[in-house]
Amino acid sequence: MSGKKQRLQRTPRKFIALFVFLILWELLPASGIISKAFFAPPSEVFEALIRLTASGELWVHTSISLQRAVTGFGLAAIIMIPLGFLMGWYKGFEEVADGLVQTMRQTSSLSLFPVFILFLGIGEVSKIAVIFWGAQWPILLNTISGVKSVDPLLIKSARSMGSSAISLFRKVVIPSSLPSIITGLRLGATHSIIVLVAAEMIGAKSGLGYSVINWEYNFMIPEMYAAIVMLALLGLITNYSLVWLEKTTTKWKEEITIT
Amino acid sequence: MIKVKVEGITKVFHSKNGNNGNGCVEALGGINLEIRTGEFLSIVGPSGCGKSTFLEILGGLIKPSCGSIYIDGKAVNGPNHDRGIVFQGYALFPWRTVTENIAYGLEEKGVLKKTRNEICKKYISLVGLSGFEDHYPYQLSGGMKQRVAIARALAYDPDILLMDEPFAALDAQTRDTLQCEVLRIWEETKKTVLFVTHNIEEAVFLADRIAVMSARPGIIKRIINIPLSRPRSEEFRTSQDFIKLRQEVGYIVREEAKITANS
Repeated sequence: MSGKKQRLQRTPRKFIALFVFLILWELLPASGIISKAFFAPPSEVFEALIRLTASGELWVHTSISLQRAVTGFGLAAIIMIPLGFLMGWYKGFEEVADGLVQTMRQTSSLSLFPVFILFLGIGEVSKIAVIFWGAQWPILLNTISGVKSVDPLLIKSARSMGSSAISLFRKVVIPSSLPSIITGLRLGATHSIIVLVAAEMIGAKSGLGYSVINWEYNFMIPEMYAAIVMLALLGLITNYSLVWLEKTTTKWKEEITIT
Repeated sequence: MIKVKVEGITKVFHSKNGNNGNGCVEALGGINLEIRTGEFLSIVGPSGCGKSTFLEILGGLIKPSCGSIYIDGKAVNGPNHDRGIVFQGYALFPWRTVTENIAYGLEEKGVLKKTRNEICKKYISLVGLSGFEDHYPYQLSGGMKQRVAIARALAYDPDILLMDEPFAALDAQTRDTLQCEVLRIWEETKKTVLFVTHNIEEAVFLADRIAVMSARPGIIKRIINIPLSRPRSEEFRTSQDFIKLRQEVGYIVREEAKITANS
């Protein structure tokens, strides 16, 4: 109960710095210290946001970006979590694959974007592929480490109570590696957005990343900032929904605050 | 009546830096032991003498290199619901509440949910944890966690309870309380208990018989009868009989350790 009270009191304080930032952003261009042409104040960005929302343009770009990010990230999660379980559980598997995984993961996803374009064309598939590529490593590696760090004592304990291999996996390995998997998903989601923006800037004719670059080329500065704000919101929403997922699935952990 | 018959159990571990130059560590060197139905048997010995290994072999968690174990005349081949283990490190599932932890063995045994809940309730009250049904392990003290672990091992009603230094990580007061609790529960449930400990006072207080183990390789050197009256309560610790026997057993264990060290 006291925890809840504390949180309520803390909530406004959390936004103090953000508020100061917004005021400075509004005042600096108005006072002429920074050129208004490059640094559109929030009031103008807000107007641009309204304008772009009304024309439907913003939604078109946001939805296509979301589609790409969600597909790439979703595929990475669906494929890499089971693969991570396999690699974590069967030691031989990981030993053999480790060198390849480490090399691949250290190869910047964006450096491979031209390769994906060569093979998959400049359509949606190459963009989804590069997002998938960027998102998969943290998901795979965190799943592996989650499975590997299952307490052997818990496995012994479950076996002593007559657990079969399947129930050991379902009732001990999965719940025990869940926190680590969720960490992987959070990192993967962050990667997805970074790669999404860059890929759209390099080779797309739609999406928020493309919009930022395109409006900058056309010197539509408030619009450019509007697209940046949308990307920031996208990042915030993604992160907070995964934090929420983490909290609801790991109630059994001592309260930890990661935001 | 003999409940458990242990015949010539040996265990050799393979390791890179074995103690006899061939990459092998001989943890157990031929253990013979008979555990009677319903008795409380303690195994004492220095750390590293293989007591835990022996207990895990009894539990069916690891296979012996040689020898066999019979329970009610049938050879042991892996874990089964006729044995329950209580580990020193509690080994509770952190993502399960007290009730859900206790229900685990029952789930694996295929007991229906309604019956499970009734049984859990009974054992929660047996170990004195009523009111903590929905707590997660992180919300409990060490002593309470060990009570949950005991309830969990008892819940699926094994005949034999194997306890591996269950109180070694607890403070002295909690340990004393839990020793009395274990005796009360043992008297109520009539289980056969094998209790591994390195604490001689604990062994004398709890057991009907004490098996003294020596190290490298672990063997049972001696079995000491504890002909003290029951039920034993907290006051019993200060009685002359208890103090005298504790000293005697302590002497025997030390002598055995000396003989082993000199040989």
